[in-house]
Amino acid sequence: MGTIAQVTELGSLLVAFNEIEQRTLTQPGWIRSLRRDAFTRFCDVGFPTTKDEDWRFTSVASISGESFSLPKSGRTSLTLQDVQPFLIPRAACVLVFVNGRFRAELSTTELLPTGITAGSVADAIANGPATLEAHLGRYVDIQRDAFCSLNTALFEDGAYVRAARGTVLEAPVHLLYVSTAAGTPEMAHPRNLLVAESETQINIVEEHVSLSSGVFFSNVVTELIAGENAVVSHHMIERESRNVFHFSTLRMQQDRNSNVSSHSVLIGGALVRNNVHPVLGGEGGECLINGLFLGDDRQHMDNYMLVEHVSPHCNSRQFYNGILDGHAHGVFHGRIVVHQEAQKTNAKQTNRNLLLSDSAQIDTKPQLEIYADDVKCTHGATIGQIDEHALFYLRSRGIDEQAARGLLLFAFAGECLGRLKSDPIRKHIERIVHLSLPAGIRPVTEDGLEMASR
Amino acid sequence: MSLLEIRDLHATVNNQEILKGIDLAVNAGEVHSLMGPNGSGKSTLAQVLARRDTYVVTRGEVLFNGKDLLAMKPEEAACEGLFLAFQYPVEVPGISNAYFLRAALNALRKYRGEEPLDAIDFLPILKEKMKLLEMDERFQGRSVNDGFSGGEKKRNEIVQMAVLGPKLAVLDETDSGLDIDALKIVARGVNAMRSPDRAIVLITHYQRLLDYIVPDYVHVMAGGRIVKSGGPELALELENKGYGWIAPDLVGAE
Repeated sequence: MGTIAQVTELGSLLVAFNEIEQRTLTQPGWIRSLRRDAFTRFCDVGFPTTKDEDWRFTSVASISGESFSLPKSGRTSLTLQDVQPFLIPRAACVLVFVNGRFRAELSTTELLPTGITAGSVADAIANGPATLEAHLGRYVDIQRDAFCSLNTALFEDGAYVRAARGTVLEAPVHLLYVSTAAGTPEMAHPRNLLVAESETQINIVEEHVSLSSGVFFSNVVTELIAGENAVVSHHMIERESRNVFHFSTLRMQQDRNSNVSSHSVLIGGALVRNNVHPVLGGEGGECLINGLFLGDDRQHMDNYMLVEHVSPHCNSRQFYNGILDGHAHGVFHGRIVVHQEAQKTNAKQTNRNLLLSDSAQIDTKPQLEIYADDVKCTHGATIGQIDEHALFYLRSRGIDEQAARGLLLFAFAGECLGRLKSDPIRKHIERIVHLSLPAGIRPVTEDGLEMASR
Repeated sequence: MSLLEIRDLHATVNNQEILKGIDLAVNAGEVHSLMGPNGSGKSTLAQVLARRDTYVVTRGEVLFNGKDLLAMKPEEAACEGLFLAFQYPVEVPGISNAYFLRAALNALRKYRGEEPLDAIDFLPILKEKMKLLEMDERFQGRSVNDGFSGGEKKRNEIVQMAVLGPKLAVLDETDSGLDIDALKIVARGVNAMRSPDRAIVLITHYQRLLDYIVPDYVHVMAGGRIVKSGGPELALELENKGYGWIAPDLVGAE
């Protein structure tokens, strides 16, 4: 609490915290004390600065200098028609959150099979299932990350998804977060708890969109627990407006023989921080971290990966591709920590970047901390322009230069899309990535022929 | 008029002259073989024809279908019916073979004022050509050339040629590095493409390819020029005697 900036910043946050405390008087004691501890922690440390090693390439001054209020209560006039364009065909369910609050009338959960629970975390807190207390707030470290402590202190709602032991659900579970900020800057701190019990299989899509261009601070924390032998894929799509500050933390706790993949696609937002933090906590765990970030103008996209190997015989693979144009600034920070017990770890990390303009910038930083002696860790990063050989190759087949450039950009993105196993989700994301390319260089995929290779 | 007419073609790369006056006429229906030692300018000629801009033409002209080829962009040359099978096919990770090839075919069709093909029309064509080149169907969905063996890449070039159906195909050392089985497969693919309205130029180091694809004409390049032309028997002579007897001053120690 050193600087004046921090005191003013606390002004609006303190107001928000008091408001939340008042609103959640009926919540159980353990949650209320979790909130209070988290807020105290945040007050102690404040927002990080670029002097903090984990934030070296990303300044959050634009957030700490702004006052954000919680969205006004009362319903926004969104209808099903407003959310329709964002839906995924063949999804098993969609939970819609507007400015951080669950909206049952926009959501569909009727088709969910037995064994799958999906709904509002605030409702779950009110109903008090045992899973909640066992997991909520148990994995995210509020000491380490100020945004996680802020989320824990200020969360109102979020998704609660549980796959009961042995349940298999292939159709996507879609979590859709819509911001409608207009006028004074607002914020939401969605808090998700996703529990895949042992021997389950589930595909989750967490998607953030805007229906307005107001200034918004969205600070999401997701705790994903994968039980023994569970197979889980999580997809985060950030495509909010260019006036949104988006912070997101995905903390994955993996039990023995679980197989978890995290796919992130960053397209929108002014300032985006994407934290992915798996802990391979049981033998034989498998973790894939796959990401694509597409920035232009003055977008800032920071990807902070922390892969922790705690148990032996686990594999982790990280692949992040960035395409940056204009004055965009990308960051890839790939930290791998192999703890002493985690023998026979196999960890791989690759970050590839395409810079389309002279003013675009990428900072890529691998960081390996290995305390075990029998491990295999590799990392590599590349930064380059569009491959002229490939461009000529495509043109020599009759494809004009602009279309060839579009294809190569999409191909570069396609490396990441090719790792998406779920067909409806891959098609959904492929379409989004497509639409984000400038119209002139957008490849055609009007029919069934898929562009991304597998 | 010939399908391809090259007159006094000079070209440089990095200010160094590689082609020093090429004259060559290729008629529809003919197969020409272009042979010669390393550095004689064969691949440069192929790249110039395909309109690679790293090569600068300093003199001469090239007419393709009676049109000025040197004024065309690579994609225009392709749309006019020129196809180059690359010596080193480029890997394009992230884009499937099928998608790429349909995009190419539809670009050609658009140029000719034809309707684009959708997946249902296109995939059977691709399937048939892949079968001809004995390529597994799973290559359809795989990234273009990515992780292919050398032989698979070369066969994939011929698949592309077969799908695109060019008027003039230039095969730049498509036979290099192929084992005899793969060579036979490639030769079968190329022979299936021979037709009265199509010309093929085979660039090769080795006579062996010409056992399977018998050319109508053989040309020997050395020092940036065509120094000798003849029938198929010339290739056999080269096989026996090497290049030294044709242009000792240009070929050096060979």
